[in-house]
Amino acid sequence: MADLVSHPDEVRVVSKRFGQGAADLDRYLAFDGYKAVQKALSLGFDGIIKEVKESNLRGRGGAGFPTGMKWSFVPKESAKPKYVLCNGDESEPGTCKDRLILEHDPHSVIEGVVIGGLSIKAKVGYIYIRGEYRYLVDIMRKAIADAYARGFLGKNIFGSGVDFDVYWHTGAGAYEVGEESALMESLEGKRGVPRIRPPFPAVVGLWGGPTIINNVETLASVPHIILGGGQWFAELGTPKNGGTRLFCLSGHVNRPGVYELPLGYNLRKMIDEVAGGVWKGHKLKAVTPGGSSTPVLTADEVDVGMDFDQLMKAGSMLGSGGVVVLDDQTCMVKYAQRIMMFYQHESCGWCIPCREGTDWLKKTLNRFHAGGGVKKDIDNIQYLAENMLGRTFCPLGDAAAMPTISIVKKFRKEFEDHLEGRPCPYEKGVVEQLPVLA
Amino acid sequence: MVVSEQLDAFFTEKMKDYPTQRSFLVPMLLYTQDELGYLSDEAIAYVAQKVNLDELEIRNVISYYSMLTTKPRGRYNVQVCRNICCMLRGSDEIGAHVKQRLGIAHKGTTADGMFSFEEVECIGACGWAPAMQVNYDFHENLTAGRVDEILDQYRSKSSL
Repeated sequence: MADLVSHPDEVRVVSKRFGQGAADLDRYLAFDGYKAVQKALSLGFDGIIKEVKESNLRGRGGAGFPTGMKWSFVPKESAKPKYVLCNGDESEPGTCKDRLILEHDPHSVIEGVVIGGLSIKAKVGYIYIRGEYRYLVDIMRKAIADAYARGFLGKNIFGSGVDFDVYWHTGAGAYEVGEESALMESLEGKRGVPRIRPPFPAVVGLWGGPTIINNVETLASVPHIILGGGQWFAELGTPKNGGTRLFCLSGHVNRPGVYELPLGYNLRKMIDEVAGGVWKGHKLKAVTPGGSSTPVLTADEVDVGMDFDQLMKAGSMLGSGGVVVLDDQTCMVKYAQRIMMFYQHESCGWCIPCREGTDWLKKTLNRFHAGGGVKKDIDNIQYLAENMLGRTFCPLGDAAAMPTISIVKKFRKEFEDHLEGRPCPYEKGVVEQLPVLA
Repeated sequence: MVVSEQLDAFFTEKMKDYPTQRSFLVPMLLYTQDELGYLSDEAIAYVAQKVNLDELEIRNVISYYSMLTTKPRGRYNVQVCRNICCMLRGSDEIGAHVKQRLGIAHKGTTADGMFSFEEVECIGACGWAPAMQVNYDFHENLTAGRVDEILDQYRSKSSL
């Protein structure tokens, strides 16, 4: 389906089987398939967690939490069954990498789920794939059925005496369900409304049992860590940021697509060399480095290594690896408006700061971009967004606020320009003028 | 029965993968909708009985998920992504072109029941923008000309 791209700087670990037909089980076995899970069985749960901790693997879904540590929070003994939940509800704007993993290498995800399960002594795993990705649900259904047919799943896997079941599941359109507690609600057949924490899913998760929830890319990295060793994986990246990442390069670049690069790779180089530079000979204006929820960086701020810690230091986040490049013709007010329109649409409405905040911000930004703005709107937008930060059940409120605050702070002049050259000085003749409020 | 026997048997079997009866509800609603075109009152009553919940609770779940609909739609639902990555590469023009070509607005359906149109949020095609889905099929790196070809293909497919 989606075209694959490549660049000489790529280090292919998670993507090494892309384009190789590895969705077919025999092809997968020819590429070291299901060897990691056999090795994991011999390592035992402590051995698995040791390797994963050593690998410095951090969650690829967005938060970047150390995976080994997350798994170690699960209590050893539990009266209720434990579960592994693979989060394939990829929907953060700018992110299109899990799609490729699920299409080209579904067995690596299954293997990651089983190994994760072995590390916490669970017996069941679920792979949740967003509803829009129906063709991937079909690929996964076949992959799971094939694995059962060979005895890789089910009773007594690989003659170890251990039973492990993996099931598929699908959503029906909801960004919010990508948040871990909402994901569990959805899997339990309910509205995807987040749960209050603590207790965290590692203690009280699916159907009340201890649950580890990991992104598709995180789990697909695990078999490689088990086979290559935690230390090998750690050394691919930067300190505390092990391994490689699938970066989704999109927006105004010449060669958009998904590239696997070591963590810490320079962002400017990523744009100029890997993605072939800004399109149409335009100049760079801004970059969203980790999916729509992350604060934007200006063209002067892109000399930064793309790992969790360096981006945090630069005032943004690595997030989900969705790098969105904006050229100098882009209207930043429209960009902010478009981001807010999305979060307003996706807010589940459960808690007030997010429900009301995204709605007010959307209305204000819509009006502002359409030439109906007044000067005090600019401070109001920032004030509203800052008051959402950290005041919601789940990170959706933060996700809406963070890019907005960064755009107002870094591109205030573009907001002021909208007061001078109404409606939008950047998109002449495109935007319809709205009346200015008194 | 409202759905085919095959689908009903599939639900019965799949529900065994979960410890509670309602767990498979969200996919069940989507697969039911795929077969019937939309979630009619009869479909909701069927699902409610299947998972042993009140119809009101089923409707409560339906209203949360953006892919689920209780209103009939066209045979081909054209969903143009309007999110940032697609917007930066011209999705506004693509959306306007589809609307003009089909003569319908957001969430509208053509008089012959062939097409519906929807502007949707990120469909995970950011690296191949602008993009749209027609039912579950992805169409990427779109231009207005390409959109015309795609719509024509669906139209001729249905007349076979």
